[in-house]
Amino acid sequence: MTVLSSRTRRSTIAKEGLLTTLPTLWFSLIAVLFVGYFFLEGFDYGVGMLVPWVGRTDQERRAVIATIGPVWDANEVWLITAAGALFAAFPNWYATLFSGFYLPLAVLLAALILRGVALEFRSKDERPSWRTRWDLAIVIGSAVPPIIWGLAMGNLLHGVPIDQSMDYVGHAATLLNPYAIVGALATVSLFLLHGALYLDLKAPPELSERAHRIAYRIGPWTTLFYFLFVFLSYFYAHFAHKLGLDPGPIPVLAGTSMIAVRFLLPGRHRAWAFFALGLTIILSTISVFLALYPRVMISTLNPRWSLTIWNASSNPYSLRVMTIVAVTVLPIVLAYQAWTYWIFRQRVSFQDTWHY
Amino acid sequence: MTRVGLARLQFGTMTIYHFLFVPITIGTAFLLAILETRYWRTQQSSDRKVLDFFGRLFLINFAVGVVTGILQEFQFGMNWATYSRFVGDVFGAPLAVEALAAFFLESTFIGLWIFGWDRLSPRMHTWTMWLVAIGTSLSAFWILTANSFMQEPVGYRLVHHHAEMTNFFALLGNPQLWVEFPHVELAALTTGGFFVASVSAYFLINQEEYRSWFQAPFHIGLVVAAAGSILVIVLGHEQAQHLIVAQPMKMAASEALWHTSGLHAAWSIISLFNPVTHHTWFSLPIPDMLSILAYNRLTGRVLGISALQHLYQRRYGPGYYVPPVFVTYWSFRLMIFLGFLMAALSIWGLWLSRQGTLFDHPAYLRWMSWSVIFPLVANIMGWVMTEVGRQPWIVFGLEKTANGVSPTVPIGSVATTDIGFTLLYLVMGIFELRLMLKYIRLGPEAEEAYRSPPHDGIVEPH
Repeated sequence: MTVLSSRTRRSTIAKEGLLTTLPTLWFSLIAVLFVGYFFLEGFDYGVGMLVPWVGRTDQERRAVIATIGPVWDANEVWLITAAGALFAAFPNWYATLFSGFYLPLAVLLAALILRGVALEFRSKDERPSWRTRWDLAIVIGSAVPPIIWGLAMGNLLHGVPIDQSMDYVGHAATLLNPYAIVGALATVSLFLLHGALYLDLKAPPELSERAHRIAYRIGPWTTLFYFLFVFLSYFYAHFAHKLGLDPGPIPVLAGTSMIAVRFLLPGRHRAWAFFALGLTIILSTISVFLALYPRVMISTLNPRWSLTIWNASSNPYSLRVMTIVAVTVLPIVLAYQAWTYWIFRQRVSFQDTWHY
Repeated sequence: MTRVGLARLQFGTMTIYHFLFVPITIGTAFLLAILETRYWRTQQSSDRKVLDFFGRLFLINFAVGVVTGILQEFQFGMNWATYSRFVGDVFGAPLAVEALAAFFLESTFIGLWIFGWDRLSPRMHTWTMWLVAIGTSLSAFWILTANSFMQEPVGYRLVHHHAEMTNFFALLGNPQLWVEFPHVELAALTTGGFFVASVSAYFLINQEEYRSWFQAPFHIGLVVAAAGSILVIVLGHEQAQHLIVAQPMKMAASEALWHTSGLHAAWSIISLFNPVTHHTWFSLPIPDMLSILAYNRLTGRVLGISALQHLYQRRYGPGYYVPPVFVTYWSFRLMIFLGFLMAALSIWGLWLSRQGTLFDHPAYLRWMSWSVIFPLVANIMGWVMTEVGRQPWIVFGLEKTANGVSPTVPIGSVATTDIGFTLLYLVMGIFELRLMLKYIRLGPEAEEAYRSPPHDGIVEPH
């Protein structure tokens, strides 16, 4: 009798342990997917925005596009996977976020569609008017996503009107508040700078010089917007009251590496500037997720109506299945994506044959 | 129009559009892989040029398929939030696995394929296209796993008006999946086969100088198309037999069978009817054919719409359970006619080339050069039939479509995105088609035309 009860108790404990750890695990996995997306697709968007400024002639523009040519599509899959994982692991988060941020997401999707088609189509016709028009589409398609994600970040941290049944009840205009707009500016300038630093590493020498000068010019603005957003977070973000002067090691490191970029930029170790900024992007994304945890969407109407990793998640069985799949497949994905970067590790040269 | 109507319009338009590009991508990827494997054997520069030529067409198509696919992943949450909350637990899983196990594969290796010609060994480079083909097929598998759950929910239990997954392997073993996936996969191969064969046929009749270059791809395309289209018919028959058990209402609607048939059920080739009054004016029947279709026997009663409506009302409560009969009936008919037409066309072509008299039949080749339209239309019709025929359910027997929409998204927003995306897709479609035709017309030696522009005179934008 006692044996039996102790066994059942142990299994309930195990079950409860699972109940608390699985949603946390999936929250972390979602964070990992967004980190992958922002780190990889961030510079990708930056390069897209810089196409007409780093590339003056058509040949130069093709060289600029060639730096992201083999990888942009796979980079974008990080977002699609993040959306899919959100759906599977946190159906309520997925439903509230996507139906709540309806119009901004529609604009994001339109931009992504435009950008993908533009990258593929721009060199398929020789007419200069054709090419400049698609170049414009690449610029718009690359600038809009960081704006939208910046807005989303600001609103996620600040909280949005969510009612009792988890539905968003604000207007589209609710999302356009000053804090979110600064978030958008910070994100755009971060990605722009990261793109310039990437071009500095990958573009043919003449162009990389130009990219470096642009990075030098954008740098101060990025730092300004970044820290302005951090500063405003103390007033606007929903967790502001929890924040002391010491927000914990990860945000501090994120800020530190942002400052480090300022010093690495003029120096000779340009690759380090790229990776330092990459670290900033990674750690800042993690910081945003940490700030939310264990909530995933904050209700400004009533704290009890907020979505948390518990009330938004799928059942433990579903999460367990997905964990097994993710743990098996994700390392393989990382391996072959890393291999792709290795294959295309060389600097792009004007002697290459280009496909875009 | 109501919010449900607008959301459905959007989902229908976006999905049909996306599904124009998907089967052709899956099928052509396999054909490119075959052509490349062949090229490394023959080492002929003409084969390489033909391969590159089809590669260019493939990529124009692939781009549109990829970008329209992004939207699909977001649409459920945006327009169908209640549905997403209701089934996300079960339905989201295959979607996430699709992204993880299939999208990454295809998009990474397509990049390697495009840019890797000088950086990978021939064997490795060929593998990248095989992996793209496998990736696109895996993607079809997982998306159809999700779709099969909507057709025939399995492996779940209902907890507080919310479906919870109880058995992942039940989802994978869903009988609906195993009639639907092979049917769709083979339809995709058939589409790829017809695509390659029809473009090749254009060169065989119109451009004599390339005749020898395109004979091999024409044959390969034709063989794939013939095998594929025959198997599609066989598997379609399997699916109908499953349908009669799993979703008899869809079957009845696709036959416009108002009342339960007699012991010998006839299949109408065409039928003119009024879907409101349930009155059939004219019908051209094949005796016993519906019994054969449903049960593989000459006899067998098939339940009619009114009997099923009565049955469903008792089972699911008051409501109207009849899908739009007109659309279901005609999409099913069109799919079947096109399916048989494709099988006949491809077998005839194989017969002619076996006889060595292919070039004595320019009319046949001319037909073939347009033949890619048939699988494209048939694919859409199959999709329309299966989705429209499931109505009014979004998940059969569990949730109605009308109850799945996002409750708080303003109707104006849905209308705006309806118009916006439709316009965007329309413009994109026009560009895609024009580029496609342009690159077909330019032929297999056109690469220089876009690789190095004659002069480098793009002016600064600022």
